[in-house]
Amino acid sequence: MSVEAKPTNIKNTFIDLFKQHKDELEEGLPDFINDKRPEALEAFKKLGIPTQKQEKYKYTDLSSAFEKKYRQYFQPKTIDFNVNDIFSCDVPSLESKNILLLNGWFYNREQPLFKTKEGVIYGSLHEAANKYPEIVREHYGQIAGTKEDSLTALNTAFAQDGFFLYIPRGVVLEEPFQLINLLMDEEPGMAQYRNLIVAEENSDSRIIICDHTLSQQKFLTNSVSEVQVDKNASLDIVRVQNEHNGATQLSGLYAKQEKDSNFSINTISLHGGLIRNDYNLLLNGEGCNSNAMGLYLTDRGQHIDSYVHIDHKEPHCTSNQIFKGVLDDFATGAFNGRILVRQDAQKTEAYQSNNNILLTDDATMNTKPQLEIYADDVKCSHGATVGQLDEEGLFYLRSRGINYKESQLLLMYAFAHEVIKKIKVKPLQDRIHGLVEKRLRGELSRCNYCEMKCG
Amino acid sequence: MLTIKNLHASIEGKEILKGIDLEVKKGEIHAIMGPNGSGKSTLASVLAGRELFEVTEGEILYNGKDLFKMAPEERAREGMFLGFQYPIEIPGVSMMNFLKTAVNEHRKYRGQEPIKSSDFLKMMREKKKIVEIDSNLTNRSVNEGFSGGEKKRNEIFQMAMLEPRLSILDETDSGLDIDALRVVANGVNKLKSKDNATIVITHYQRLLNYIIPDYVHVLYGGKIVKSGSKELALELEEKGYDWLKNETAV
Repeated sequence: MSVEAKPTNIKNTFIDLFKQHKDELEEGLPDFINDKRPEALEAFKKLGIPTQKQEKYKYTDLSSAFEKKYRQYFQPKTIDFNVNDIFSCDVPSLESKNILLLNGWFYNREQPLFKTKEGVIYGSLHEAANKYPEIVREHYGQIAGTKEDSLTALNTAFAQDGFFLYIPRGVVLEEPFQLINLLMDEEPGMAQYRNLIVAEENSDSRIIICDHTLSQQKFLTNSVSEVQVDKNASLDIVRVQNEHNGATQLSGLYAKQEKDSNFSINTISLHGGLIRNDYNLLLNGEGCNSNAMGLYLTDRGQHIDSYVHIDHKEPHCTSNQIFKGVLDDFATGAFNGRILVRQDAQKTEAYQSNNNILLTDDATMNTKPQLEIYADDVKCSHGATVGQLDEEGLFYLRSRGINYKESQLLLMYAFAHEVIKKIKVKPLQDRIHGLVEKRLRGELSRCNYCEMKCG
Repeated sequence: MLTIKNLHASIEGKEILKGIDLEVKKGEIHAIMGPNGSGKSTLASVLAGRELFEVTEGEILYNGKDLFKMAPEERAREGMFLGFQYPIEIPGVSMMNFLKTAVNEHRKYRGQEPIKSSDFLKMMREKKKIVEIDSNLTNRSVNEGFSGGEKKRNEIFQMAMLEPRLSILDETDSGLDIDALRVVANGVNKLKSKDNATIVITHYQRLLNYIIPDYVHVLYGGKIVKSGSKELALELEEKGYDWLKNETAV
């Protein structure tokens, strides 16, 4: 039922683990998922765990995270807790459908899949793959390639469950879906779940994703999300990452946008030991609008790495990247923003900015823009800054009687504001304002309970 | 209220202020004039506590206390206000939040409860009238995208909100057209009382047509080379600073 991943020779451990548990991995899942496993494993075998020798992972050392011992489950482990004790969303006037994943498994085993009267289907991916194979088959492993990135390959080899959301043609969902990823166990654990979100033509929806650790054990998450945004559809994702310092979160997002669609992902990273967020956005039709945004607040030995790859394949698309971070103590961070404008993608507008504030001399940030432009009629810009809080601004605030610490906070808060104000769901924006303020004040030191309140 | 004795200050080893003596009593308006580079703004910065400058000699007593032992925010809470020559833009900090925080810090210092929201809004409305400031400005981020004139008005607006005992207005007239100048000067005059004092730092005499000083001091080469009544300002306007330069050389 479970096996310990040994620290020595991580790659082989995973390969052995796969061989030993192949039957369990495949159990109850259709061929179109299981058939992808061997080739994904082959790709992983070739690529191995990413090292800093690879440009894409230059500033992030994954070895120490992978060298630890974790238990990986091939069937959901039942942990009894009363969901309502932990979760009752009090985001004012924000009514959302709560969906829980516990250690990467859909929590509600009694009813793993729901269908609303509008035809929206949500729940466990494992269940959806059986009940609605035609939808899952079309996209599963199609948006995220398995051969290029070893972590995605590893996920494809091992994934069994995750979150599934299908929004049919023309459906407008004002009420956001809230997806909550919980990690809780009595021993260190590894989770490799897979999410699939399909937003059909002319649909309009919002999703809130929250990542939390509920127990103090070390955790390693290697998750992949595939997102399909069809013609003229609109999808808005806000993600709040709030895990403890012993947690490693590796998450790969792959979104494919069709003609005239809008997609936006805004990740607020409040806490986490090691976070690596990959954003791969493919603008596959004309007139797409794509936004990738992030705010990270790190301290102590935390590390955050944001990797963005926006692929402008078709003309008349717009993309925006805004990433901002405050790094305290000896925290480290990396940003790598890649914009690829293909030859046919004329009239592309692509913008990127990454601004960082280092509060100490020991905090480090590496930022790298990468523009590859093969079309000649485009507007692209990028800008990156790494600096301290504005001394003049600090003095101005202090000269009005505001103390040093409060002045610092006001400036940090102001710095973060640019990203937070992009959150379109107003109650959520207010809530995140509050959380960020708390975090900056150092009042959000523990996160083993859901700070989305939620908890 | 304020006593400056033999003040020397330097920046990066270069001495800017070379022995300043000045006494300001409550109810008084002092004008400090002088050519560019004479040390006017340095004096204002040292008074407000800008750490960029190093005080090498001398002392300043403010309400009987050693000013150098007070952090900039303490000076402010003790009633000192600096009107900046170049007010700083702070994107993302709303005027409302900024002023409320400042007002409450002052209240806390005096042992008062935080101001009620309704009282704060009422106070804003009243004070806005004094400087004829546009309501839209107070809904924006601090000084962000304000024109030069709006920034200066905003300084006087903040002064009105914080009700200081000693205001130091650093080149408040620079970059203002005549209408804005009148508004700003009116604001300062309305806020004047027998209990507070103002130091007006300016390059030109024209502001002093609107704010009538009790004393005029001329700062030159880091020292006050001449002090007198308001007529001194007119004399300067007429003869220019060269007149004093020559006199000092003698």
